[in-house]
Amino acid sequence: MARHQGRGMASINYPIGMNLGGDPSQALVHANPDGKFTVALSAIDLGQGMKQVSRQIAAETLGVPIEDVYVDTADSDTGPHDMGSFASRGTHRVGNAVIVAAKEARGVLLEAAAEELEVNADDLVTDGKGNIHVRGAASKSITVKAASQAAQFKQGKTISGRGIFLIPLSTVNPETGEMSPVTAYAHACLVVDLEVCDETGDVKVNKLTSAYELGRALNPKMVEQQLVGGAWMGMSHALYETPEPYYPNPEHGGRDYNEYLMPGPGDIAPHDITVLERPAPDGPFGGKGPGEMCANPVLPAVANAIFNAIGVRIDTLPITPEKILRALKAQGGARPQVRRA
Amino acid sequence: MARMPVQFRLNGSDRAVFVEPAETLLGTIRRGLGDFAPKFGCGQGTCGVCTVLVDGEPRLGCLTLSVTCEGRSIETASGLADGPTLHPLQAAFMEHFAAQCGFCTPGMLMAAKALLDRNPNPTRVEVVEAIAGNVCRCTGYEPIINAILAAAQQRGVRRA
Repeated sequence: MARHQGRGMASINYPIGMNLGGDPSQALVHANPDGKFTVALSAIDLGQGMKQVSRQIAAETLGVPIEDVYVDTADSDTGPHDMGSFASRGTHRVGNAVIVAAKEARGVLLEAAAEELEVNADDLVTDGKGNIHVRGAASKSITVKAASQAAQFKQGKTISGRGIFLIPLSTVNPETGEMSPVTAYAHACLVVDLEVCDETGDVKVNKLTSAYELGRALNPKMVEQQLVGGAWMGMSHALYETPEPYYPNPEHGGRDYNEYLMPGPGDIAPHDITVLERPAPDGPFGGKGPGEMCANPVLPAVANAIFNAIGVRIDTLPITPEKILRALKAQGGARPQVRRA
Repeated sequence: MARMPVQFRLNGSDRAVFVEPAETLLGTIRRGLGDFAPKFGCGQGTCGVCTVLVDGEPRLGCLTLSVTCEGRSIETASGLADGPTLHPLQAAFMEHFAAQCGFCTPGMLMAAKALLDRNPNPTRVEVVEAIAGNVCRCTGYEPIINAILAAAQQRGVRRA
């Protein structure tokens, strides 16, 4: 019996969003009588940070404190249409729609403030703390709240904005099949260090090392959270999870939750992450998004590391001890491959 | 079958309810008493989202019969915060981004509380063991483990 060390790597170019019919997102922004803003979306937040990032983008664009922005993603019946929170598209598509909507609302807000201050709206700036003042003359100012109230109760203006982000459907060249499915790609490279036991077929992941390029990290802690959690999910798909272990034969599948295997807190490996920020030209404040790609490179990297450790290629998932033992038997034992430092 | 009376303390308040003999503690807490912090996940004791404390010990609400809780003290995540002041574990979970979708969080918090109440300075391995029965789909566990260790450290600092 021996435990064989292996190292594998994988790189990924990941398309942000999709282009099957345009892939639009919409946002509506309006000010309430207390000078706070509501952003209405149909893109929902399942914990990825859709609300937090939309809130940051709206506050930054409007020029108001983040505490004064509320993001409502409660109901797709009342929010404007959105394709949804999937395909790593949320930050990029929804964020761009929020910027368009917030810019329009900001324009009306500044017009209302200009009318109250009797100045030109083009001369006004926001301080991000709830005030609007004349550029270079901080004393000539009005609060966002007072401007909102003047608009709604005196001037008869709705401080609101509509935003949509749409990438037109790409045509396909009938000769070559060439098309432009997306406008932004995120990139990553991930290295897995693991060991394989040639007696039990057990795989123990010892370390993950990764570098992700995903535009500007609009909320660095949430990006890190996505990458840590996503890598765990990738590990789970690579080595543990399956409803049908002999697919396409449905036999011996797990019958309930008890028989659906996932790695627990004792099975995780240290993950050293580097985030490279290269702001995307068409991203909201340069953001693209980590989304799905945080799970994907783990799978090929694990398969490559297993090949590196014992010389067998497993090309179906998950890579269970049974598959490793059968492959080792067919090969006549482990054949560790060359390891490069 | 006739419903049976049960009395226990829930997060410090005396409660009296009538339950079916086969009713689970999770069902009584959620449907009978309206405390929706403990969640229903697998319903077969595998995922841990229904974890509550019975006399300080972590128990799976979905596998515990309510009639066995007569006279006991039950704690759920709803009882952790003191008014607007978060429990150190809740604050640490927030600080360390230990929740994404949040469905496992009430169970994780109670499993962690049971650990820290009996072992204020746990090692990383002890933390892992304490939450080994709680499944999380989003975080990869690392932020949860870090949050529990940080909460333990914070409590230690406060006591010192």
